[in-house]
Amino acid sequence: MAGLKTLSKISETVWELPPSYKPGMKVPARFFATQNLIEQMDQGVFDQISNVAFLPGVEKYVCCMPDAHWGYGFPIGGVAAMRLEDGVISPGGIGFDINCGMRLIRSNLTYEEVKPNLENLVEALFARVPVGVGAKGLVRLDRSAFEKLLVEGAGWCVRKGYGEQDDLDRTEARGCIEGGDPYAVSNRAIDRGLAQIGTLGSGNHYLEIQLLKKENIFDANAASRMGLFPNQVVIMFHCGSRGFGHQVASDYIEKFLGVMGPKYGLSVPDRELACAPFGSPEGQAYFAAMNCAINMSFANRQMILHRIREVFQTVLKKSPGDLGLRQVYDIAHNTAKIEEQNVDGRKKKLIIHRKGATRAYGPGFGELPGDFRDLGQPVIIGGSMETGSYLLVGTETSSQAFYTTAHGAGRTMSRTKAKKLFRGSDLIAKMRRRGIYVRAASMSGISEEAGDAYKNVDEVVESADKAQLTKKVARFVPIGNVKG
Amino acid sequence: MPFKFLEDIAIADIAFEVEAKDLPQLFKDAAAAFLAIQVNNPGKVKAVEYSKIGLANREIDILLYKFLQELVYLKDVKSLLLRVKAIDVRQSSEGFSLDAKMEGETLDPKRHDQRADVKAVTFHCLEVKKTGAGYHATVIVDV
Repeated sequence: MAGLKTLSKISETVWELPPSYKPGMKVPARFFATQNLIEQMDQGVFDQISNVAFLPGVEKYVCCMPDAHWGYGFPIGGVAAMRLEDGVISPGGIGFDINCGMRLIRSNLTYEEVKPNLENLVEALFARVPVGVGAKGLVRLDRSAFEKLLVEGAGWCVRKGYGEQDDLDRTEARGCIEGGDPYAVSNRAIDRGLAQIGTLGSGNHYLEIQLLKKENIFDANAASRMGLFPNQVVIMFHCGSRGFGHQVASDYIEKFLGVMGPKYGLSVPDRELACAPFGSPEGQAYFAAMNCAINMSFANRQMILHRIREVFQTVLKKSPGDLGLRQVYDIAHNTAKIEEQNVDGRKKKLIIHRKGATRAYGPGFGELPGDFRDLGQPVIIGGSMETGSYLLVGTETSSQAFYTTAHGAGRTMSRTKAKKLFRGSDLIAKMRRRGIYVRAASMSGISEEAGDAYKNVDEVVESADKAQLTKKVARFVPIGNVKG
Repeated sequence: MPFKFLEDIAIADIAFEVEAKDLPQLFKDAAAAFLAIQVNNPGKVKAVEYSKIGLANREIDILLYKFLQELVYLKDVKSLLLRVKAIDVRQSSEGFSLDAKMEGETLDPKRHDQRADVKAVTFHCLEVKKTGAGYHATVIVDV
């Protein structure tokens, strides 16, 4: 593999691909991973991240996270910071599923309290949280209300009674990015999104009931401050902006392909890296539409949280106070955000593209709620449905990667190959024997999501820890799973 | 089989290739591949709903992209699972155009064995090329 041979080692977990690797690279590419994880990365990662380094206005270096694998334009796990004044914005650097993200909710419940009702809980969640192809959302909105939601994000849901202010305080960007403009969004995107608010989706999206075992608490102080305790049951789910975000991405990739050459004299080695100057009308329009999709996704997850709370109350016949279902945090994976960061001693406003990568600010980050601002921004990294997931906190040293860390385990095997090798019913039976109760809309979907199709999430997290991008707080194991 | 799923590319999504004697067959088979990504038993999709699609583009690969994107849109907005009933693909000095009559039905989770939800057609590896035997296309969809 050409990439590995040309990497120079900066430390055990930091490697660099020089600009000489490919003519056209303006900056190097930095990899934050152990050698073992780098050796598992496909050639596509090296091809794509080196292409990202071609983009105008790219600052310092582009980055690859420990879970990187190839994607469209940027690799999944790719990060690039672009200067506002001369940089571009590229939908390939955000991804189709804009603001695909994770939400973690703590509870007052122990495993012993939940276990007798686990199957009932999973069945009720499967019945009441829309999952799978064609599922209709939890609220039916007219266009006018939907457009308001695109501007207000999760705040729209809370003001309508679907949650609490505390949920917003514990969401990245407080559940709403400013600058969403529905006029920048196509009618097709709105048509697709209108009936999808409060839907989980399918593929690698899921809702899990998880257990925090005592031996999996790595930072007892941080865990306690975030409302966690040994033998606790928590809930975690993963979903994004659904068809709406995908249509926004598709619309603007097409638009950018039409203007970037003739109007701006730009060319890229890969159509999926289509871009436009950030300050251009097209660049600003995409940014406004992308912000709508970010907000739609926060609203989507807020509605699902509301439904989860209802289900737990109904099945366990406990009051909200007794259940204590309080959000720990909600993070986004696929975004471009304007952030002021210190680069080589100078403060700069940059457009940080994070594609399959998680923001990871350190202690003192002002946006965080006062309860744990001194700990650092919570980061949630999901593993496969058979393994586990992590809660971590960002660090000041993640500034080396523009305050970014990994987002998941990363795939090692295609869906087509996984579907051939694994049977959904066998996997469900195997997980059942391990005490994990699974309910899925698609058996094929289960086979495609087999644990063996993913990298080892423990290794990804250790890598991020060693590179000082994040610090581990706790590890959760699945006991119940709902999949589309 | 008029199409083939590709194992070694697009590990997070689904890739397929189609080989056909002419462009109408190519588009018909690409739509069949699209349907087979969504449900494992495409043969169970009845022909009770109908839809027309008319598109044009200078480039044939972009026309295929737009055709499949239309199927994504109809799936999301009307929950339609569709196959080609009849299709005409024409070439002129201005590019390519198609008129398709589609048939199918709305998704019924009780009868249709769901596989994956296609959310977008990508430009990654997107290709339609002429071969000695007709045409070959490669498409990767985001699920």
